[in-house]
Amino acid sequence: MSFRWKNSSSPMRRAFALAISLCGIGAASPSYAVGTTAGSTISNTATATYDDAGGNPVSVPSNTVNLRVDELLDVTVISNDPGNVITVPGGTNQVLSFTVTNTGNGSEAFRLTPNGTIGGDQFDPATTSVVIDSNGNGVYDAGVDTVYTAGVNDPVIAPDASVTVFVLSTTPVATNNGDLGHVSLTAAAVTGTSAPGTIFAGAGQGGGDAVVGSSSADGVAQGTFQVQNATVSFLKSQAVVDPFGGSKVLPGSIITYTLVATVNGSGSISNLTMNDAIPANTTYQPGTLTLQAAPLTDPADADAGEFTGTGVVARAGAVPAGSTRTVTFQVRVN
Amino acid sequence: MIGLKQLLVLLAVLMPGTASAAGNLALASTVFVEKAISDRDGRVRMVLSEPKTVVPGDRLVFILNYRNTSAATASHFVVTNPLPEAVSYQGTPDQRALVSIDGGRVWGNLAALKVVERDGTVRGARPEDVTHIRWTLNQPVPAGAKGTLSFRGVVR
Repeated sequence: MSFRWKNSSSPMRRAFALAISLCGIGAASPSYAVGTTAGSTISNTATATYDDAGGNPVSVPSNTVNLRVDELLDVTVISNDPGNVITVPGGTNQVLSFTVTNTGNGSEAFRLTPNGTIGGDQFDPATTSVVIDSNGNGVYDAGVDTVYTAGVNDPVIAPDASVTVFVLSTTPVATNNGDLGHVSLTAAAVTGTSAPGTIFAGAGQGGGDAVVGSSSADGVAQGTFQVQNATVSFLKSQAVVDPFGGSKVLPGSIITYTLVATVNGSGSISNLTMNDAIPANTTYQPGTLTLQAAPLTDPADADAGEFTGTGVVARAGAVPAGSTRTVTFQVRVN
Repeated sequence: MIGLKQLLVLLAVLMPGTASAAGNLALASTVFVEKAISDRDGRVRMVLSEPKTVVPGDRLVFILNYRNTSAATASHFVVTNPLPEAVSYQGTPDQRALVSIDGGRVWGNLAALKVVERDGTVRGARPEDVTHIRWTLNQPVPAGAKGTLSFRGVVR
C-alpha cells in the first residue's frame, strides 16, 4: 500500500496526522518467542509513487528481494529440581528432572546424554536410565513414561516447545550423610553441534542450511543428590531406690530404667522401636511404662507400647534427625 | 537504439501512468546482513555482506536506490516499503520517514503512535510494531537524479 501526500509540510496536515495517530488503534503485533520458522521466506518489495511531468500519478514497484530463513540450532536444558534431591545409600531409581527446550526455529531431534561422573562432589551417582515424560505430567511414572535410547527415540521437539526428561540413578552404598552427587543431562541437536555460527549446509528444516546458534546447539544442566543417612544411638541408665531410702540394690528395691534413643545425621528414622527385656530376678512394676513421659498401658492395645510378659516395647514411629525418644519403666528386685 | 529509447520516451508521454511510464524511474531494493567481526586485536567492527544465510536475530539493512531515468522531473515522490512479516523494524537514519503500525492506515513518527493491547491498555508503539515505512521527499526528483533510502530490521 502506498500513500500520496501532496503537501506534507502543511502544519494543518501535520496536526491532522498527529490526531489520527493518537486515536489510531494499532493492534499489538504477535510475539515471536523463538523466531521465524526455518524455511520461510522474507520477501521485500518497496513501491515508489510520484507525479510525472504531466501531473499524472505513477507507481513503480521495486524488484523483490527474497531471503530464506535458515534453521537456527539452539537448545536449553534446565534442572527442574528446586534444590538437592534427597537420597539414601544404595537407593535405586533415584530421579532427577530436567526440561529440554528447543530455542531454535526448526523442529529438531535432540540426543540426550546423562553423566554422573562429575567432579566437585563426594560420590558419583550411577545413571541407569533416561526417561521421557511421555504423558507430560511432570512426574516420573515407572512403566508409563518412555525409556529413552540414544539414536532410537531421540525426542523431536518443535520450535519453542519443551520436553521433561528424568534421569534415574543408583546411589552407591558407600556414601555418608550429607554427601553430594552431581548428575548432568546434555541435549545436543542431532543435526550437529559446533561453535556458534557454524553452518551445516542443506541440513536445515525447510531445505535451507542449519546454523548453530549461541547455545552451540547443545545445552547442559546439572542436578544434585544429597545423602541423608540418619543413625541411632541408644543409651540405657538406671536409678535405684531401696526400701530404706538409699540406693542399694536389695530385695524390694525399685530400679527405674531410662532408655534414650538419639537420632543423628539428617533425614529421619522410620518405625523406631525400643525393646528391653526385664532383667532376671526382678519383676516389672505394672503401669510404669512411659514414652516421652506419657504413660503407656501394659496390655498390647492401640497405644504405642506394652509389657509383653518378658520385656517392654515402645514404638516411637518416625523420628527426625536431631531429636530423642525416651522410654522409662520400673522393676522391683525380687 | 537511440531511436528506440526516444520512442519509449514518446510512449511514456503519450500514455502517462502506464507501466511504460513507470520505467522512467528505477527503484532497486537490496538487503545486506550486518555482522560483527572481531579482528586479531579483539576490536569489533560491523560489516555488511550479502546474506547467504539468515537466521532469527540477524540484523538486516534494507537499501532502496532510486533514480529518475526519465527526462522529466518527478514530483511528490513517495517510497513505501511494507515490512516483511518476519522482519522487526529497527529504525532508519532518515528524518523524512514516517511509519505505520496498522498496515498503512495511520502514519506518524513512532513516538506518536499508540498500540492498544488485547487487554485494553494503551502503550507507546515500539519498533517491532511497525508494519510499513514511508519516505516523502519534500523536493522533486529532477531528471537523472538519484538517491538512497535505507532502514534496518532484525529477523524475528
